[in-house]
Amino acid sequence: MLARLGLEPGEEDFYVDQLGAILAHIDRLGEVDTAAIPPTAQVVPLVNRMRDDEPRPGLTQEQALGNAPEARDGFFVVRAIQESEE
Amino acid sequence: MIDREEPRIGAFLRVTRAEARAQAEAADRRLASGNGSAGPLTGIPVAIKDVLSVRGVETTAGSQILRGYRPPFDATAIARLRDAGAVFLGMTNCDEFAMGSSTENSGYFPTRNPRDTSRVPGGSSGGSAAAVAAGEAVYSLGTDTGGSIRQPAALCGVVGMKPTYGRVSRYGLIAFASSLDQIGPFTTSVRDAGLVLQAMSGLDPLDATSADRPVDLLSGLELGVEGLRLGVPREYFQVEGMEAGVKAAVDRAILQLERAGAELVEVSLPHTDYGLAAYYIIAPAECSSNLARFDGVKYGARDEDAQTLLDTYLRTRRRGFGTEVRRRVMLGTYALSAGYFDAYYLKAQKVRTLIAQDFAGAFEHCDAIVSATTPTVAFPIGAKVDDPVAMYLNDVLTLGGNLAGVPGISLPCGTSDGLPVGLQILGPQWGDAVVLRVARAYEVARDA
Repeated sequence: MLARLGLEPGEEDFYVDQLGAILAHIDRLGEVDTAAIPPTAQVVPLVNRMRDDEPRPGLTQEQALGNAPEARDGFFVVRAIQESEE
Repeated sequence: MIDREEPRIGAFLRVTRAEARAQAEAADRRLASGNGSAGPLTGIPVAIKDVLSVRGVETTAGSQILRGYRPPFDATAIARLRDAGAVFLGMTNCDEFAMGSSTENSGYFPTRNPRDTSRVPGGSSGGSAAAVAAGEAVYSLGTDTGGSIRQPAALCGVVGMKPTYGRVSRYGLIAFASSLDQIGPFTTSVRDAGLVLQAMSGLDPLDATSADRPVDLLSGLELGVEGLRLGVPREYFQVEGMEAGVKAAVDRAILQLERAGAELVEVSLPHTDYGLAAYYIIAPAECSSNLARFDGVKYGARDEDAQTLLDTYLRTRRRGFGTEVRRRVMLGTYALSAGYFDAYYLKAQKVRTLIAQDFAGAFEHCDAIVSATTPTVAFPIGAKVDDPVAMYLNDVLTLGGNLAGVPGISLPCGTSDGLPVGLQILGPQWGDAVVLRVARAYEVARDA
């Protein structure tokens, strides 16, 4: 549900089998002693890079909305957030 | 050439004929003007992997979920080639969102290997590798997250290079795993790979991970390998499924480099056996986060039957994502979820530290590392689609380079069973020039 993938009935078994095989391989990570090892999120030394907070040209509203399946009055249009009562 | 080869290969998802003609005419004018504005890439036709944003050209990451999407901007790598006068031929096929090693996960159709059309071209940048191998483009761009440039280059018998992480701006690249992705070229020669990389590289304010470092990839290209120490990692010759013919071709190539003056030293990358497992936590975790943006609201194909917003998400993503993408999104969400985070994601990040340390340690003893690019030659279409782990093992020799952020190239080093074998050369971080230098020296020795 977290992934919002919308599984079809019957698909669950297929993925359970395949993900099981992948996780079985991944379980070998348990063999590695990492008690004293720091985690790495990215490998190239970087520091925060700041820039001046100045306005600069970007996409126009028209360009930003140009690929939307539905747009109106300068907004993205989405379906109802709650189901109707009827 | 494209018209002749495409029915056989299927390297392109879209050919942008009219735009290419206009760009070629502009390049002609630039070349004729004699005002010094033309460079080595002016007028040269290039094919682009379908994950790099090209302004106004449909760009779908090989996925149905982005069908119809036309980026309103150029990726920085594209903009730099455009400034250099490139002629863009069109978008090449790939595994959906660059997830795969055979291009069979494309949301459109599989691509065939020009060397044997019953076999895969590798992946995920299979269309870009095949386009160059078949002569449909002079060069092409791909992306490499776990081997997606080097592996198809090896299987199609062309040159493919993944630069150091941060060398080329990722702005405008449709992200798969942001801490691993890099853009790089496919070419038929090492010099061409250096030329293209030189043109694309360098600091970009639009990508905070792009490096502010000098880029000099070509001046040392012809220096040869005399005086260089080449590391031979013993673990890379003992991986599961290594074919005897591949090993023999690579052993011959390494001996040729020794005869050309290199000193061979044995090195060790002791955590090689854990690379695949760490990669298949980190890459899916990052992908599950990156792919959350495809929700049928801002761009791409929306399911029109949905009644509620949640329904829009579920139906759009069910219809738009293929099996491999769904598998990785599930794996990634699982690895990041409360209760499993420490056991999977954090553990994988710690193993990543060890793998990066392996490489740093090895490069204390050598200037570059040589190995096979892949354990096998190109395999038949369909052979591994039902066995994800077997498919993932294609990348066992390449993904360490991504985890450690180091540059690597694959170039052809003979054949096994009549199919191309790739020699991989890895360098230390920012050692892109030494990688190209060793590759060029091998090319000279091979062709002598």
